[in-house]
Amino acid sequence: MSLLEVKDLKVRVDEREILHGLSLSVNPGEVHAIMGPNGSGKSTLSHVIAGKPGYEVTGGQILFRGEDLLEMDPNERAAKGVFLAFQYPVEIPGVTTWNFLHAALNAQRKARGEDEISSPAFLKKVREVAKSLNIPQDMLKRGVNVGFSGGEKKRNEILQMALFEPAVCILDEMDSGLDIDALRIAADGVNALRSPDRAMVVITHYQRLLNYIVPDVVHVMSKGRVVKSGGKELALELEESGYAQFEDAA
Amino acid sequence: MNVVVAKTGTGRALGDAFAVARDRLPGKGAISDLRRQAFEAYERMGLPHRRIEDWKYTDLRALMREVLPLAPQPDATALDRAAGTAKAQAIEGVRRLVLVDGVFAPDLSDLAGLQKGLTIRPLRDVLEAGDALSGQAFTADSSNPMIALNAALATDGVVIEVANGTVLTQPLQIVHIASAAAPGAIVTRSLLRLGRDAVATLVESYLAADGATAYQAHDALVVAIGDDARLDHVRLVEDATGAFNISSATVSLGAHAHFNTFGMTTGAHVSRYQLTVAFAGEGSKVETNGVNLINGKQHADTTLLLDHAVPHCDSREIFRAVVDDRAHSVFQGRIIVRPHAQKTDAKMMTRALLLSDEAEADNKPELEIFADDVTCGHGATTGALDENLLFYMRARGLPEKEAQALLIQAFVGEAIETIASDTLREVAIAAARRWLEARA
Repeated sequence: MSLLEVKDLKVRVDEREILHGLSLSVNPGEVHAIMGPNGSGKSTLSHVIAGKPGYEVTGGQILFRGEDLLEMDPNERAAKGVFLAFQYPVEIPGVTTWNFLHAALNAQRKARGEDEISSPAFLKKVREVAKSLNIPQDMLKRGVNVGFSGGEKKRNEILQMALFEPAVCILDEMDSGLDIDALRIAADGVNALRSPDRAMVVITHYQRLLNYIVPDVVHVMSKGRVVKSGGKELALELEESGYAQFEDAA
Repeated sequence: MNVVVAKTGTGRALGDAFAVARDRLPGKGAISDLRRQAFEAYERMGLPHRRIEDWKYTDLRALMREVLPLAPQPDATALDRAAGTAKAQAIEGVRRLVLVDGVFAPDLSDLAGLQKGLTIRPLRDVLEAGDALSGQAFTADSSNPMIALNAALATDGVVIEVANGTVLTQPLQIVHIASAAAPGAIVTRSLLRLGRDAVATLVESYLAADGATAYQAHDALVVAIGDDARLDHVRLVEDATGAFNISSATVSLGAHAHFNTFGMTTGAHVSRYQLTVAFAGEGSKVETNGVNLINGKQHADTTLLLDHAVPHCDSREIFRAVVDDRAHSVFQGRIIVRPHAQKTDAKMMTRALLLSDEAEADNKPELEIFADDVTCGHGATTGALDENLLFYMRARGLPEKEAQALLIQAFVGEAIETIASDTLREVAIAAARRWLEARA
């Protein structure tokens, strides 16, 4: 059974259909890249998988370990092991990163019927992860993402990914707004989390990111469908010839 | 002058109640005259209603309908119940002064071992002794019907004096407890005088014993802060859900004085707090901050008047309202800068968070500036919780109510943070948490 299975997914926003029957199958240990031009529906897919309100699913299914993901609240999906790294992580003034992560981790554990993690154990865990991602301690004491640079925000997303240990990570345009050094740090963080049990779906506009996070499978999206799938060489091909050929195909 | 007064039925009933109550009301001679005049002033105006600008959003004629007769003197059972409430909601490390149903309760109060320079007496004793402070306790604005009513009917209260140069090592807490099962009016009035260079912290708590519901609390606090003195003041309205709390504080500051006040309303069906601050000396600083956390059909009104009568004074207001269900929050803040009050620096920011479609928040900041060299500003916003923040938090595993609770805590936190005392800040945070937990 696939870890994540998207079957013939049709999604509308404000009466307009964005995804017209999208299918995708992701196995544990695999890294999939989804590429496509602006407006092809990449972010819509990531939002629908995570459960963002405002999208109307009019057809198809999303199964996670065989369970119907669309029946679950966003927080239930997170507790099951679905993680979305946001393209634009939000700022939450007045809620320290520290408190937020502790509350979120415990909410997930509670939902899974596990014991809550104590403050000292949590502290130790966060410190280790933060250190490996080059995140200074004082950032954890500040409001979530408040005053963080673009690179810091993305590193904070990866910190959370490392902390929550999800089974599927959706990375939505992780490279947007990052310079090459920030990109490298973020990609190293992601690569460190690759494991035989975990799958990743890397959504990106540019091939550049895939030099750092090398995918097993590349899908090309256009106009709300996957129009071509292949190996990592497909990304290079796209870099050369652009998306235009696929827009015609769609 | 002949004034024709259209008396309502309830007005007459209250007049009779006043006549009956007079024997119970302490103070002879001048005080007795003052009470009669205050009652007449109230009778002329009656319960305020929406056609009076100041009461536009809090129409007591519609909300309260009538002023109830005074609650009976608490008996032994009532005092017992109040003792239980006082104990259950005790704040550690403070000196408690307890009023039960409008009567000072020495047995429930901590009066032993007063620090040198600190004097505490029941208002009743001060009035009956005809003490010089009597008049000061009754300094009040007779143009405000509810403050006039309070002057007419106040049964007791606490008179606190802090001598020049005395720095209190322990916060004082005036605890108002309603114990009566039968609805009645609880009318209290307290006076706090801080001498020159004195420093004090005062907490006021409004609580209800189990079973006390539809009572009406009418409290008035009169405060005089001397030159170079500092008062920290925290006010917590945790009245019963069916209760009314119509109260006022009248504060005057000397020169280079500092007044930091924080008010939090989570209780009472209808509450109104009228705070008037008068700057009488130059170089003083006032911070008036507050939080409303209300739901159901609660109505909570905070009305401020900051009177910058002298130059070189600063005032700051941070007010946050969280309004759920069909509750109604009102914030009115008026800053007056008199013609010669140059170099005034006054800023007011009020924000309301509406958690339901039927919740209502009215913010009315007003600046009346008659001086030309001042820095003044105000702002008001009303909105809902940010859906994008909520989704982000839920995508990290937080259930919706928990995510909302974190955002609400952060929202009110900006005001709560201004409380200087660590202990009292924690008390306010705990009260906010209780409210949020009850909501979840």
